[in-house]
Amino acid sequence: MTMTTRRSEMVAGMRTIVPMVVAVAPIGLVFGAVAVGKGLSPLEALAMSALVFAGGSQFVAMDLWTDPPAWAALGFAALLVNLRLILMSASLERALARFSPIQKFFAFAFMADENWALAEARGRRMVLTPAFYFGLSLPFYGMWLISTAAGALLGAVIGDTRPLGLDFAFPAVFIVLLMGFWKGRETGLVLAASASAAIVTHALLPGAWYIAAGALAGLAVSLISFKQERVA
Amino acid sequence: MSLDPATLAAILAMATATLATRLAGAFLVRRMTLSPRLERALNTVPPAVLMAVVAPTALATGLAETTACALTAIAALRLPMLAAAGLGVATVAVLRAVGL
Repeated sequence: MTMTTRRSEMVAGMRTIVPMVVAVAPIGLVFGAVAVGKGLSPLEALAMSALVFAGGSQFVAMDLWTDPPAWAALGFAALLVNLRLILMSASLERALARFSPIQKFFAFAFMADENWALAEARGRRMVLTPAFYFGLSLPFYGMWLISTAAGALLGAVIGDTRPLGLDFAFPAVFIVLLMGFWKGRETGLVLAASASAAIVTHALLPGAWYIAAGALAGLAVSLISFKQERVA
Repeated sequence: MSLDPATLAAILAMATATLATRLAGAFLVRRMTLSPRLERALNTVPPAVLMAVVAPTALATGLAETTACALTAIAALRLPMLAAAGLGVATVAVLRAVGL
């Protein structure tokens, strides 16, 4: 690939991630403020955002945080909350044909719900290049760190951002992407299963279990419906 | 600015566990020959995960969120991503402002 196409791919990725970068800022601010409230130093809050980079499991960790922290319980909780990442990386792997082994390693190390979803959507329409992927990922990661640090340093200064509707930016972008993945009746069945399992799990269990439950329910429906087609 | 050893140990445990989940799926797929059935099932992972992520907002948060989700979905059929998502955010802000 020439230098100019690489640059234009990277710029295209950075443009695509803009709404997610804006929407993640208030979440990072809240995380930083909550972490300091739990007794972490700003440096420790930043280290967690830099090394874990998975918002759901970081908030769950704050719920479970004790002094001194129980590292085994926290590690195990992170594993459970992030089980969906196994399915996500299995799916994304098939779109990374143009990536070298090192690029693949970093692609997965920086994989979060937001850049993953946009990368999958890109991969369905055209070739996913490393430049596009890291154009998506690095600004998002950077904003997660900046907003965590700002939240940890400013603490409770931040007001409520709900009236601006910024918290709705994630669901809104996810819904737009979701419409793009529609492929007829089978998708409808998968979505119905995923939504039902997610709603029930969300009502019964705290934390981010509902995402894994919905993903597994959708996967199960796909596996079962394929079998029935074969029999029919 | 301090970095307590026990806190660092907890952060590293969380980071290791999370990195393991990020690498595990790709590792497994690379070492398997995928049947058409499994291939098709993996193709449903993106919509299934996205649906699960938005389900509580779309269906169990409030009338403002449910309405905005429906409008966003309809707008996505015609508008580019940024416009459709922006319409959703504006809708939810307005509906919350009027107390819905």
